[in-house]
Amino acid sequence: MMSALMNMTTALRDWVSALYDAPPTRAVVFGIPIDGHLVVEALLIVVILFQLTRKSYKPPKRPLTEKEIDELCEEWMPEPLCPPITEDMQTEPPTLESAARPHTTIGGKEVINFASANYLGLIANEKIIGSCIGSLEKYGVGSCGPRGFYGTIDVHLDCETKIAKFLGTPDSILYSYGISTIFSVIPAFCKKGDIIVADEGVQWGVQNGLYLSRSTVVYFKHNDMASLANTLEKLTRGNKRAEKIRRYIVVEAIYQNSGQMAPLDEIVRLKEKYRFRLILEESHSFGVLGNSGRGLAEYYGVPIEKIDIITAGMGNALATDGGFCTGSVRVVDHQRLSSSGYVFSASLPPYLANAAISAVDYLEENPSVLTTLRNNIALLWKGLSDVPGLEIASHPLSPIIFLKLKKSTSSPKGDLQLLEQIAKRALEEDSVFLVTTKRSSLDRCRLPVGIRLFVSAGHSESDLVKVSNSLKRVAVSVLS
Amino acid sequence: MVRLPYTTALTTLFSYGLLFAFGQLRDLFRKLLDWFRSKDLKGYAPICLGLEDFYVRRLYLRIQDCFGRPIASAPDAWIDVVERYSNDNNKTLHRTSNSTKCLNLGSYNYLGFAAADEYCTPRVIESLKKYSPSTCSVRVDGGTTQLHAELEELVARFVGKPAAVLFGMGYVTNSAIIPCLIGKGGLLISDSLNHNSIVNGARGSGATVRVFQHNSPSHLEEVLREQIAEGQPRTHRPWKKIIVIVEGIYSMEGELCKLPEIIAVCKKYKAYTYLDEAHSIGAIGKSGRGVCELLGVDPADVDIMMGTFTKSFGSCGGYIAASKEIIQYLKYTCPAHLYATSMSPPAVQQVISAIKVILGEDGSNRGAQKLARIRENSNFFRSELQKMGFEVLGDNDSPVMPIMLYNPAKIPAFSRECLRQNVAVVTVAFPATPLLLARARICISAAHTREDMIKGLEVISKVGDLVGIKYFPTEPPKLAKEAHKKRESSIVAERFCGCDIIGV
Repeated sequence: MMSALMNMTTALRDWVSALYDAPPTRAVVFGIPIDGHLVVEALLIVVILFQLTRKSYKPPKRPLTEKEIDELCEEWMPEPLCPPITEDMQTEPPTLESAARPHTTIGGKEVINFASANYLGLIANEKIIGSCIGSLEKYGVGSCGPRGFYGTIDVHLDCETKIAKFLGTPDSILYSYGISTIFSVIPAFCKKGDIIVADEGVQWGVQNGLYLSRSTVVYFKHNDMASLANTLEKLTRGNKRAEKIRRYIVVEAIYQNSGQMAPLDEIVRLKEKYRFRLILEESHSFGVLGNSGRGLAEYYGVPIEKIDIITAGMGNALATDGGFCTGSVRVVDHQRLSSSGYVFSASLPPYLANAAISAVDYLEENPSVLTTLRNNIALLWKGLSDVPGLEIASHPLSPIIFLKLKKSTSSPKGDLQLLEQIAKRALEEDSVFLVTTKRSSLDRCRLPVGIRLFVSAGHSESDLVKVSNSLKRVAVSVLS
Repeated sequence: MVRLPYTTALTTLFSYGLLFAFGQLRDLFRKLLDWFRSKDLKGYAPICLGLEDFYVRRLYLRIQDCFGRPIASAPDAWIDVVERYSNDNNKTLHRTSNSTKCLNLGSYNYLGFAAADEYCTPRVIESLKKYSPSTCSVRVDGGTTQLHAELEELVARFVGKPAAVLFGMGYVTNSAIIPCLIGKGGLLISDSLNHNSIVNGARGSGATVRVFQHNSPSHLEEVLREQIAEGQPRTHRPWKKIIVIVEGIYSMEGELCKLPEIIAVCKKYKAYTYLDEAHSIGAIGKSGRGVCELLGVDPADVDIMMGTFTKSFGSCGGYIAASKEIIQYLKYTCPAHLYATSMSPPAVQQVISAIKVILGEDGSNRGAQKLARIRENSNFFRSELQKMGFEVLGDNDSPVMPIMLYNPAKIPAFSRECLRQNVAVVTVAFPATPLLLARARICISAAHTREDMIKGLEVISKVGDLVGIKYFPTEPPKLAKEAHKKRESSIVAERFCGCDIIGV
């Protein structure tokens, strides 16, 4: 046993020493001697290269099976399409039983109407109604087609020329609805990558247009020129690229949400300094401001060519429906093919275009109606300046008189409740029809809510006195 | 379905390529010539840079006289098209005071209410005298009159839903309602050929938008399954809600939507449905109630039904019909209801009178006659065009029939030659349709008489031969006679049954 083990170890020792002492293996391939270690190294390199070509390890993908998708679809529960209806969602507005003139009928009673933006008193004007009747008999009601496909009626072209001539611009373009004007114009000119500087108090139509344009939007403080100058400075300072991209400033002439007026001369000065284009929304100032009603530019004495794009809805001073946009020839022509609210929608009914032409005619022939309107606004301003608990927040020349609470409650909802009580009692007890601001949940404007009065040239002095007295009385009882 | 033969595709591509090359050449010359002229932009960036408006300048302006033709009469069966001339190669067009009387195959006047109507117009004039052309106020302030309340009730009754709300413009209806119903965290699945207003509304809402293949319920099911299983992008949270948007009649194809199958799919996966009946309300269905009536779908199965009054009712505006809660919520928060001037009262009265005529509540059966006539007219016109060898799209009973043109040069050729022979047609090209699939779109109306249609068919056939758009072989006359006899008898049987039901 021991000797066998000894023999084995000796044999092993001899074998190992033979390995060590053996001469290095050598092969001769094609006359070139190759050492044995080279073969081993070549094998190692091959193995390394093989490993490098293998894909790295990834956990295997396991897509959902049909059964699992079925289960997920079974489990999924959608939200209801609309949230549960609350108390304040159920209020209905009052129904008019006659035309929306300064004196109208609600619920069988005659009330004084301060809720219609009928600034020149053109509702129920005989001449306008006469021209509309002629138009209805000739053209029917609707135009049955978009502008590109036989929906262009000659009255549309006449209306566009008339408005352009009235304002002193080369051309204008007609839209079929007031609110769609601004939210079609802005995306037609502003695309992704452009810069827009807008007032934070602009109305929903403008906000929607800004959102749809996908440009970079920067808001400045409401009607604050210092804030505007700061914003413009910040955006253009040191920004070499800023010269190649299109830049716009969007303001409203008279803000629907607060009644403030934009200081156009200051804005034009800033726009020319920083090379921005100006888009001016004149729904509530067209036919109201200026000696002959030509709007904010005439009031400030700014030449109309300095404003690049002017839009306005005709549902206010002109007592018709629809909207228009005007500017240089390039601006107007561009919209005829790229403005979605113009190309993809039916055109304005011809009788409304006729009403617009008659309204502009009336304004040109009777500029005294503007003086009446201005006097009415001044009278009402004076009458309302001492209403207890409410203060006037709008510009002295604005036809929308905006009253807000002197001491606001902590939430807009609470404010709105108090204001609605005031409006309701004014209607029921004094037959005076006023309205409060109503904000949609999609509106991002955060200006304070208030009561709005739309002054018309058709209001008589006794109407204005009555409304001031009524507000004073109701405000005292509600707010104390 | 459009079957585009290879040779036509090649020639169309070649034409566009040639136009593109010429356009680039002209742009090059313009750049060279402008090198010497000073730029008067004064540091402002130009309104359109470089190639943004290449299509407009170099392709569209060449054929500008085929679009936007002004008319000097009501958009009835015969219109007075105003003649225009141009001194600078179509860049600017000037009106003359001459006009030619042409057969109108382009206006959306499905039931013939476009011109002055014996029942509607006196009532419209009365309401104009009573309420004025406008209320100058928004609906929630002082813009709701008795007419508006009456029409909302009438529309709800007509469509078959509990309640309805009106808006002054169809485009704004879609753009302003969709953001109210859905927001971030929701999913909108819309048909690939939906109208621009729906696309705008979907973009404005902030929800994720997915598209399914046109009119294909199986692909819709696939998309729904995939999306519900995956959830919101990146976070994989479950979707808040899913709305599927389809149209009743697609205006560029003339096809009806496969409504029963799509509703079945949506019900299975608990998605809400939104049906846009802009072209189909009032024009199809036995009593004009739209695609739901035609295809036998219960209106209660569709969550939201939208429509416009411009096409079949000869007025303007749009409506949404849904359950009482949804309508109350929309009246509380929809921006178009809170910020936009209310619909003009005479236009409201026109719709009220038109619906009364359609329902037969005016004491005559003119409504039933109109509905039967438009169905007859559409089927007759479509079958005749197909017999002549034109490639006509659209389903039977649909009053919209596009004829394929394909080649860009055939667009102005067809349009101008037809106008010369006193037929006014509408031609549509890119970007309203895909680039290679230009077409001429015919809209039939109940105001067209048999003679009008025969004249229209003659002219279209002649011009079609000249221009070369008869892509299919014509039907041999003997077979045509037999097919015609069969069709006549079925139409008579239908008319008999239809009037029977409505006359009661």
